[in-house]
Amino acid sequence: MTKLLLGRYLPGDSWVHKLDPRTKLMASFYYIGIIFLANNWQTYLLMFMATMVMVAASKIKLGFFLRGVRPMIWLILFTVMLQVFFTKGGATYWSWGWLAITQYGLTNGAFIFMRFVLIIFVSTLLTLTTQPLSLADAVESLLKPLRVLHVPVTELALVLQIALRFVPTLMDQTTKIMNAQRARGVDFGSGNLFQQMKAVVPLLIPLFVDSFGIAEDLATAMDARGYQGGDGRTKYRVLQYHRKDIVAGMIMAGLTIALIFLKA
Amino acid sequence: MDITFDHVSFTYQAGTPFAGDGLKDVTTTIKDGSYTAIIGHTGSGKSTLLQHLNALLKPTAGTVTIGDRVITNETNNKNLKPIRREVGMVFQFAENQLFEQTVAKDIAFGPTNFGVPAEEAEKQAAAMVALVGLPPEVLEQSPFDLSGGQMRRVAIAGVLAMKPSVLVLDEPTAGLDPAGRAEMMTMFNRLHQEQGLTIVLVTHQMDDVADYADHVLVMDQGRLVKEGTPREIFQDADWLADHQLGLPKTAAMARRLTAQGFRFDPLPLTTAQLADQLLPQIGGPAHD
Repeated sequence: MTKLLLGRYLPGDSWVHKLDPRTKLMASFYYIGIIFLANNWQTYLLMFMATMVMVAASKIKLGFFLRGVRPMIWLILFTVMLQVFFTKGGATYWSWGWLAITQYGLTNGAFIFMRFVLIIFVSTLLTLTTQPLSLADAVESLLKPLRVLHVPVTELALVLQIALRFVPTLMDQTTKIMNAQRARGVDFGSGNLFQQMKAVVPLLIPLFVDSFGIAEDLATAMDARGYQGGDGRTKYRVLQYHRKDIVAGMIMAGLTIALIFLKA
Repeated sequence: MDITFDHVSFTYQAGTPFAGDGLKDVTTTIKDGSYTAIIGHTGSGKSTLLQHLNALLKPTAGTVTIGDRVITNETNNKNLKPIRREVGMVFQFAENQLFEQTVAKDIAFGPTNFGVPAEEAEKQAAAMVALVGLPPEVLEQSPFDLSGGQMRRVAIAGVLAMKPSVLVLDEPTAGLDPAGRAEMMTMFNRLHQEQGLTIVLVTHQMDDVADYADHVLVMDQGRLVKEGTPREIFQDADWLADHQLGLPKTAAMARRLTAQGFRFDPLPLTTAQLADQLLPQIGGPAHD
């Protein structure tokens, strides 16, 4: 469980760390959007360079990003293989029945591979440089226009914040309960599938009980502190755009223009 | 069964940016049949040390010898069950581990995992419930219908049911009322006296250390900074204060009395010892 890198925050003091979380969130989504504009070597090279510059600006070692790719590697390889074997066109290098390795297939495979890696890099960058709570703030702030449609944005944000706040707590609790049951002779992750599923019961039931306990205590505590929900509550963590954020926006715009200019 | 630590170091999540220190170069032995207390302020590595006692954690460097099994960094996760049966572990807030539909089944869970037939294990459960001071009616109740203190007892009964030869207790009385605490500690002591159970106790209650332990390990920042008998440890109050620890109430009292001109030798650790030494000095009859 501790090996999972996606969704973890790495404290730091870089240019990227200090950006407004809304900027980072929007820029990440935007980046993932414009990556689909890339369709030739020049554009992919440009996107690759841009990503590397962002990674460098975050002052986080490249190794962590590569580690972020690792859990997805089989999905990536599977997709790349599909592209390589099933794309027709250009010179054919090898074929067997309806399988063929063609020139287009190979380039498509390489492009898809790049696309995956860059998307994972950028989303890893987002979570590694942004505290989960600021991310929740950013989501709340960005969803605000939906209030017109009577979407309970503040409540959703509260749910998100509480959920994020309790991820580490529940992780700790999971480890503790696993250890306690291990000490009572449970072997997690061994035996056949059925045995493995059965071994999860002594973990899940206490975890559920504990979560409901936490929820109830927290609700009472919030009540006791005068929480009534709804609008009209003030905000303590106020988000503010700075010059950096404008620069980041301009970089994204510049990238888009360059992409449109370079794409085939 | 002796448990020996030989230059044990442990780092949490070694090799990641989240790496944190756990233990640094700990060498000590927990002797068979001893009652060892581990003290130290929060975050000093007590719980990390405990989890090495039944190989829940494996040392990053050094070796832990549990009975005749040597645990190193490379030890396989398989075949650790015999160790876990020998070394019973009661975690902090052990009531969190309950999950079965009835108390009887929950207590029988541990032994069944170690191969005891279910029927026999549930029969054993009745004895265990009595041992931890609960009425037999609870056996058929759901553990979630019990009070927090009763749940704690059920959890402890579940560990005792495995018939371990070493019992590891991580603040077993945290959050219990004074009567429950005293009862619990007396029960552990009885098991230690009567069945020769080796007990390792992590606690912040210096009184418990003074009352029951015969060996004390003091941890600070992942290091074992001092070990000895309770008397040796509590002799130097200033040193303890430097390590954010206190004295048992009796020793603290004796210390204040010394400042008033009374003399104590050796340092009294229990109320009875204090009274014994104090009575002749205030001209009272000898205590018997």
